[in-house]
Parts: sequence; C-alpha cells; structure tokens
Amino acid sequence: MKIFTCIKQVPGVSEVKIDPKTNTLVRKGIPSITNPMDNNATELALSIKEKHGGEVIALSMGPPQAEEVLRQALAMGADEAYLLTDRAFAGADTLATSHTLGLAIKKILKDSGDEKKYLVICGTQAIDGDTAQVGPELAEELGLPQITYVQKCELKGDKIITERVFRSEETVIIESKLPALISVLKEVNDPRFPTMTGIVNAHEEMEVKYLNANDLKAGKENIGLTGSKTEVFKIFIPEKKGKHVVLEGSVEEMVQQLCNNLKEDKLL
Amino acid sequence: MDFSLTEKQKMIRRVTREFAEKHIAPIAEESDQQSRLDPQVMEEMKKMGYFGTCIPKEYGGAGLHEDTISFCIITEEIGRIDASWSITTGVHASVCAYPIYKFGTEEQKQKFLIPLAKGEKLGVFALTEANAGSDAGGVETNAYLDGDEWVLNGSKIFATNGGIAETLLVVTKTGQKGKRKELTVFIVDTNTPGYSVGVREDKLGVRASNTSELVFQDVRIPKENVLGSVGSGFRIGLQILDYGRILMAAQCVGLGQAALEASIKYANERVQFGRPIGSFQGVQWKIADMGVAVECARLLTYQAAWMCDNGLEYGTMGSMAKLKASEAAMQATHDAVQIHGGYGLMKAYAVERYFRDAKMAEIYEGTSEIQRMVIAQKLLRRGY
Repeated sequence: MKIFTCIKQVPGVSEVKIDPKTNTLVRKGIPSITNPMDNNATELALSIKEKHGGEVIALSMGPPQAEEVLRQALAMGADEAYLLTDRAFAGADTLATSHTLGLAIKKILKDSGDEKKYLVICGTQAIDGDTAQVGPELAEELGLPQITYVQKCELKGDKIITERVFRSEETVIIESKLPALISVLKEVNDPRFPTMTGIVNAHEEMEVKYLNANDLKAGKENIGLTGSKTEVFKIFIPEKKGKHVVLEGSVEEMVQQLCNNLKEDKLL
Repeated sequence: MDFSLTEKQKMIRRVTREFAEKHIAPIAEESDQQSRLDPQVMEEMKKMGYFGTCIPKEYGGAGLHEDTISFCIITEEIGRIDASWSITTGVHASVCAYPIYKFGTEEQKQKFLIPLAKGEKLGVFALTEANAGSDAGGVETNAYLDGDEWVLNGSKIFATNGGIAETLLVVTKTGQKGKRKELTVFIVDTNTPGYSVGVREDKLGVRASNTSELVFQDVRIPKENVLGSVGSGFRIGLQILDYGRILMAAQCVGLGQAALEASIKYANERVQFGRPIGSFQGVQWKIADMGVAVECARLLTYQAAWMCDNGLEYGTMGSMAKLKASEAAMQATHDAVQIHGGYGLMKAYAVERYFRDAKMAEIYEGTSEIQRMVIAQKLLRRGY
C-alpha cells in the first residue's frame, strides 16, 4: 500500500513580514522549515507503515530549495520523495497546487502498476497561507473521500477510522474505505525526530526525485499562475489602531478608572 | 575556502538543537542537582544515534566517522544545553568506541564496538591514576602475561562514565624498555571477575556525568583484547587523546554559546536605571568579547575537525582548539554570571551551572597548561 504525505516548506517564524511593494512574503534571512502539521502527516504515515507495512512517499511542490523538507521526511523514514518543481508551477493558488499534486500522485500510482488501495495524508493547513484548502481540493482531484481536521487515526483492514472534534465539544468518528485522503491536526501525534543515521541516509543514499510539468503531462491552463482561479489582490498586516493604556493601582482604583475611560469613550 | 555547512550538517544541527531543547533542557538543572543522568533521556539519545555518531553504519553507528564536523556540531548542540550529557556521549564515542573502530581487530569490532555504537553499553577511556595524568608515562596499573591471559592490577581515577560503563579501554604498563615504560591498551569487559568500581566522585561541575574510580585486582583479560599491539599503548593513547580533544573543544563551544545567549537575553530584559542593562557599555563590551571568544573557538574546532576528516595531521590544531574553547567557555560563563549579577549566583539561573561546568573543561582531557606545552613544543620544533 502506498501512503502519500504532502509537505510544504514554509518560513520558520510566527510573525511573517510582508513586502508592501510586491505583496509577497519577505523570505530573506528567514529560515525555512517543514510546515509543522505536515510533520504530523509524515509521522502518521510512518506509524501506519510500521504497523501494516507499505511504502511512504513524500511529495512537495516548490522551488528547488524545498528539497530540504523532503530530505527531512526521508530522514524520518519515508521511502521515497518527489519534488514537483518547474517555473510553470510558480504562482499557483490552492487549486493549481492540488491539481499538480494530483497529477503526481496519479503518475506515481500508474508507474507502479495502478495500485488501487492507497492513502493520502496532508497537514490540515500551512502556517503561512493558512487556507486548509489543498487537502480537500486534492481529494477532489483524485476522486477520493476526504476526512479533514483529523485528531486520531487508525487503519483497520482496508478502512481508515478517524476522530475529529466537532464544534470543540463533540467527537465525531468517521471511517472510510481506502483509497482516501485525510488531513490531520497537530493533536494526531507527536512527530519523531529524524535520527542521525536517518539524516546520513537521507543525504548520502537516497534521492529526491524531481518532476516537472512535462513529466506530469500538465496542461499549462491548469498549473501555476495561469491555472489559478484566485489572485492575491493585497496582503497586509492590520495597522494597530488606538492607544494602549496600562492601568495601575488597587483593583478598585483600576476598575473605577476603566469605567471612567469607557464612559469617556461613550462605550458605557 | 568555503565556510558553509553542508545540507546534512545543517539538518544535524537543527535536529540536535530541537532534540536537546525538548528532551534535555527541562531536566538539566535537576540532573545537575541530583548528580544523575536521566534514564529516559539516555534511551532517547540512544534512539537518536548519539552514542555511535562517529562509527560506520555497518558497526551500528550513525555513519559520521568521516564527518567529524558533524560530530562536533552534535557535541556542541548537546553541550549548549547540558555539558554533562555532551561529555557522556562525547567521551564514550570519541575515546572509547572510535579507537576500537580505528585500531581494533574485526573480532573486537563485532564484539565490543557494535554494542557501544548502539548505546547498549557505555564506554570509558581510563588513563588517569593517582600519580599519572598529565604525565601519561607515569602509569602504574600493570599487566603480565600468564598463559593466554593478561593479568591486570592497579586502579584508575577520575574515569568519565566509570561507574556506569561496561566496556573500558585501560592504559596499562606491560613492560619496560630501558628508561621508558612499555604501555598497552586493553579492552576490558566490566563483567570480568576482579574488576570493581571504587569511589564515585562528587564534583564541582558536569555533576550529572559519572566520574569514578576503577579498581583492577587480578583481572584476567584474554590476549585477543589487546587494542593495537602490545607496547603500542603510548602511541595509541596519544592518538586517542588527539581525537577526543576536538570533541571536548566542541562541547566548550556549546557551553560558551549557551552563556552568550543567556547573557544577551538577560541584558535585553533586565532594566536598571530606567533602561536595559545591554545599553550600558560595561555590559556591551562583555557581550562583544564573549561573542568573539566563542566564534574563535568554533573556527579552531571546526578547522581541527576538517583537518582530521581530510587526513591531515590535526594534533596541534586539536590542542589549540581545546585550549581556546575551554578558556572561551570559562571567560564567557564568568562574564555571564557577572552580567546576571546576584541572580547569576543562584541555581535558578542556568549560568550558575555553566560557570561550574566550564571550569571542569580547563582541566579534564588535558589541562590548559598541558595544551600549551604540547602546542609550544610543536611550534618550537617546526620553527614557524
């Protein structure tokens, strides 16, 4: 059984900076990391493989430097890694991205004799774009049932049994036959660290295979900027409005002052 | 000249840093106070491959035997969090496991190296005695051949990992050639009758690491446990120490780095006279000097490692690295305590532990004075 895990390279900071002129993320001087939930996806893939056998295949679409996050997946224990890289893929929105990932998965399945039973695992969302759309769109591309926001997951026979928390109070158990796609939250597991041997193997004995638009027989109209149905009009960090006041004194004094201030501002 | 690390080395640094911060940092203070290595961390470190870093994969190691820079990075990153752990893994791998890989027979590698590399057994290099340390030739622990076995008698002191190890490399006097003692290194399994652990030392620094006395009373060692050859102990011993010094230097780079980072954080946060103390020149100069010292130490350490990996004679550079790095760590931790003021004297702040740990490093694995002797002799001999 093939278990695909989709990985994105993201800037490793909690506060992103945006270039106001180009409307793009400032990446200079910022280290890149694996999107944290994608590590959870890889961990889940590896733990399923360890219990039930199979083959873990890591995929990423991005510029050549995204090879680094795939090397990390290999170091954690993935069997194969593919980097989808081509200038024609650049500027892709979530739809064009999931289309491209879908083509790659179809190609890998076809090249290995059209395996019918497989599982695709994505992190629910990336910490940069935060859309949570690629997983669901990829499921549509592949015609698979999808279970999103998964917090617990287990494989039984040819069924995947998952738990997700609904409206932060009810736990819903959803199962699906394979093939299927699931997107996971960080609660699903605690990703392993790559071991030293894993890191050595990932760099010295394994390869990250590159796939371009030609390899995927991708139609120009469906990939990259031209294949994108959405366009980012503007990205900005909301300006801080109003002033920030620190109240001091006893609780009574502070409450009194707060009430006075609110009255002054006609909020009370 | 290219100073950039490879992608592999960068990943090793990032992963080891994350690992040490997650698993070692939360219990470092407690380990120091209880003089104890946490068994759970030990298990995690085995899984990561930190006990067999410099051993080839076919012998159960991580396969970094030709990448001493990576071994340094690992030791540095562990040392940045807790020097007790970096000395435990550093000594085990560099002066016990690595020499068996380098000088051992295939049988010795199969029997002793594989369990060491996997961390199933812990290793020791035992040279220092009550009357021999800096003067390695003063070794009095002796062995004589009796049939097919060597019979060992004597005792070693200050052995890092001594009380918890199962495989020892013991430097022993096996004869006399004129004025010179003939030394031999034996691989000793601690389950051999006649072997016992003496006093466990209560130390100033690296308190969690185990430092013990080892006692040998008619310990019978099979002939095939000689490392290298009979009489090669002095030569092998010095080579073992040369390699080990690079790793001790790396540990000090990590310790100095930790002191620097703690000082920067504190200098930016601590407000006196209405402004952060980092805005005062007195503190700024300390921070600058610490930064320079740690960076010098790192460059020398990586250079020694690079020379080792490229088959060049690295002994002197290793001594320079060990000297500079241990003194840089001492300077940096000393200044870190000073910057922290009263808080720096308290156990609640890690710089108190860094300071004690740094002092150890100016003494063990060759004191600063011995390093200066070695370096000076080399420079005076070669003339430039």
